[in-house]
Amino acid sequence: MPNPIQNVETRLRVPSTATKGEIIEIKTLISHPMYSGFTKDSAGKTIPRDIINTFAVTYNGRPVFKMTLQPAISANPFIAFSVVADQTGTFDFTWTDDNGAAYKDQAQITVS
Amino acid sequence: MMTETEFGPALYTRRKSIAVAGSGLLAALAVLMLPDAALAKTADVNKWLAQQLPGTPSPGKVTIDAPDIAENGNTVPITISVDSPMTEQNYVKTIIMAADGNPLPGVAIFELSPANGKASVDFRIRLAQTEKVTAVAQMSDGSLWTASRVIKVTIGGCGG
Repeated sequence: MPNPIQNVETRLRVPSTATKGEIIEIKTLISHPMYSGFTKDSAGKTIPRDIINTFAVTYNGRPVFKMTLQPAISANPFIAFSVVADQTGTFDFTWTDDNGAAYKDQAQITVS
Repeated sequence: MMTETEFGPALYTRRKSIAVAGSGLLAALAVLMLPDAALAKTADVNKWLAQQLPGTPSPGKVTIDAPDIAENGNTVPITISVDSPMTEQNYVKTIIMAADGNPLPGVAIFELSPANGKASVDFRIRLAQTEKVTAVAQMSDGSLWTASRVIKVTIGGCGG
């Protein structure tokens, strides 16, 4: 098994407030090398594939976005999408990599 | 008070990877580049697309926004949007993307719903060379729509 990726950081940009029914844009970033399995290290040894393969978002527990990533997604995946802000609550973000590691982050929104 | 989490100026690893890319890129290119024979072809792309969304897509409704010329194939910004309402009666269910010049044809699969309000996704991809990218969208009524475009790549993203 390859070693887990170290120092993975996640960044989110989610509006803290919205009016009910407003379409908000959510931007996400995770620092992950996305080893495609096609690259070699300096010693000429193939680096085993280890990518974020799934990114899923729930809004107060309801799934609102899911992405399946292939090795063709750039390192440090940036992903942005839209959601209708219809209730005050929590967005939960989960990135899962080939090594089985799940990276989580959270954002709150107040809808009036 | 709710706080808004902001992007920092740059992530540590991003800064590091840019530094590494800058210093060793030219030397690394020769080692990392795969022979053309190893790269996906149009037939592989069509096969992969049909595996994800069986059927024959019609041209239209889908827009791929991308630079015509990408200087760095390691990170090519892509926006896929679909001209469709996002209501319970009529919405975009799935968007998939493939590329015909990478080691593997698949790029990404997105699952959407009326909760998104707008059928548009932004992300960044690797392109090993100048190649054609294709997106297919499946609507809630099952219909399939597609768009393609060629993106010229100055320096290939050899990570495929």
